Amino acid sequence: MSTTSKTAMKLPLEKPQRLKLSNDSHGLLMRLAMLLVLCSALSAVAENFLSISNLSNVMRQASLLFIIASGATVVMIAGGIDLSIGANVTLSGVCAALVVQATNSPALGLCTGVFVGAFVGLVNGLLITWLRLPAFLATYGMLWILNGVALYLTHGAPIFGMPQGMRMVGTGFLWGVPVPVLIMLVTLATGALMLQRTSLGRQILFMGANREAAFLSGVPVGRNLIGIYMLSGLTAGLAALIFVGRVNSADPGMGDALVLPAIAAILVGGTSLAGGSGGLANTLLGALMLTLILNGMNLMAVKTEWQPFVTGVVLVLAMLADTAITYRKR
Amino acid sequence: MTDVSIDLAKPRHASIAQWSRGIGALTVIGLMLPLFTITIPNFMTVGNITNIGLQTAILLLLALPMTLVIFTEGLDLSMGAVLSLCGVVLAMQLVRGHSVLVACVCSCLVGWVFGAMNGLCVAFLRMPPFVVTLGTFGIAQGLALAITDGNAVSDLGPAIESFYAAKVLGIPKLILISIAAYGLFHVMTYHTVLGRYAIALGGNRNALVTSGVRANLYLFGIYALAGVTAGFAALCLIARTNAGHPTIAIGMEFDAIAAVVLGGTQLERGKGWLFGSVLGVLAIGILRNGLNLAGVDTALQLIAIGTLVLIVVWLGARQKGASQ
Repeated sequence: MSTTSKTAMKLPLEKPQRLKLSNDSHGLLMRLAMLLVLCSALSAVAENFLSISNLSNVMRQASLLFIIASGATVVMIAGGIDLSIGANVTLSGVCAALVVQATNSPALGLCTGVFVGAFVGLVNGLLITWLRLPAFLATYGMLWILNGVALYLTHGAPIFGMPQGMRMVGTGFLWGVPVPVLIMLVTLATGALMLQRTSLGRQILFMGANREAAFLSGVPVGRNLIGIYMLSGLTAGLAALIFVGRVNSADPGMGDALVLPAIAAILVGGTSLAGGSGGLANTLLGALMLTLILNGMNLMAVKTEWQPFVTGVVLVLAMLADTAITYRKR
Repeated sequence: MTDVSIDLAKPRHASIAQWSRGIGALTVIGLMLPLFTITIPNFMTVGNITNIGLQTAILLLLALPMTLVIFTEGLDLSMGAVLSLCGVVLAMQLVRGHSVLVACVCSCLVGWVFGAMNGLCVAFLRMPPFVVTLGTFGIAQGLALAITDGNAVSDLGPAIESFYAAKVLGIPKLILISIAAYGLFHVMTYHTVLGRYAIALGGNRNALVTSGVRANLYLFGIYALAGVTAGFAALCLIARTNAGHPTIAIGMEFDAIAAVVLGGTQLERGKGWLFGSVLGVLAIGILRNGLNLAGVDTALQLIAIGTLVLIVVWLGARQKGASQ
């Protein structure tokens, strides 16, 4: 092997000395600082920002956003994109709610949500690897198909009233910590371990950095891709359960407004669209920052109608920063 | 160099090969038209045909610039939201008592701003189009919701109603406008440098840049044009619905993309056919109208169109793989 290819491959395959949450600790620290600045600014401007109820509200919202974005982060690290996460949340939530209503068994409902989510991810993965469709088009087409299926199953009407077991996932507490926050921590830990400590994680980073080279080095690119998209679907299903538990209903438009903030959180966190860099800790910080901005707007009595506008602006700004950084690195 | 010139000269005239590109749209039209005519009694009536024409007129106005954008290997997901925002702006101007022309100019300006924003990010900053336009989608949707408080803008006055009702030789003005728009885009695509460079941008951007063409400027222009056209389409949309609703056109960008894909334009390498998009728009229009008349759920229409798009893109990818 020549020296040049050795150095090119060294970066993603290099075994880390200790467990790191991200391969970009400098960017992570910078974002942590930004987060602290944002927090202090908000506590100075809005007096009830630091109240326990508001902070736990922020954590709940951020945990939902993080869980949706976590699977999509892995997809983006591998150099793909999943635009179907929002519609997947809708469909998984609707299916879980329907099963719960029919059987009155929360356990069965929870399993259904996660299973449907993962199955949708599997279909995405197969479309992209077997049929060789471009990732953005396959997941964009799936977005509308999933919306259609959810609309068909519910006949356009929301499903109200979940049993206690389902509500627990969204609103309950375990050891004094909200359940969604616990799920978020578990997702973060497993995801970060997977990305940093397993060969699969190294392969994912490698695939994102240079898919061709990864394929030629014997990385099972197709199999990994299917797994990654399934993971993204799985976290979407998990998020759907939390969402349904929190609002106590499932309706056929519930996931529509989630894609934009999820992608924005990933990009704000610093995971590059080009793939090969970033991590789940980044997305956690991104989700926290975005939630804080939206929460601050709420506290300052800005109309909720402005939220998609601000999220869109944040997304474009984050992309600008990403482009600037990639450009500087070149 | 010879490669590029061949690439540029190819799509001048529709040949059999090109008609075969639109096979997706032609199949849908060929299967659905007889089926609906036989099974639905009031499908083949003058009233319904006019109705399809009016529905597809607005979609065509989105699909034409979308074709150019897809020629450049791009995508514009913001079009539906921008169309909604422009519609709201247009309706607000009409409520204030401005003339249709002034209102239309306003909405075209708003559309241009969004198109320019997309173009700036995609062409000069080299960002991936589908994420940029997802961001501007949010911005446009948020603005539309914020300036209306989420409510519809109604009581637009008689001017827009008379514009909608106007007919020339018995054909509604809206349909004539969309036909004229096709003519304009046809000339632009096949008889001006803008169209040639649009196709070349998708085919081989580097070759274009190396030959000294300011490719970014043209790419920017194409996205800006898409914005302006969405702003203009808002006029037709508002004329038809007679009210400005902040989320009315969300999802229309998917119909436009579906129409372009069904018409045989490929998402890669600038291979496509502008008239194919007209066929695609007709196919989508006929499919939606017939299924509506037959009482089929909108949900099933979404599933059908989504599946069709995936199948056609898959077939296109297979063809490309076979020819390599």
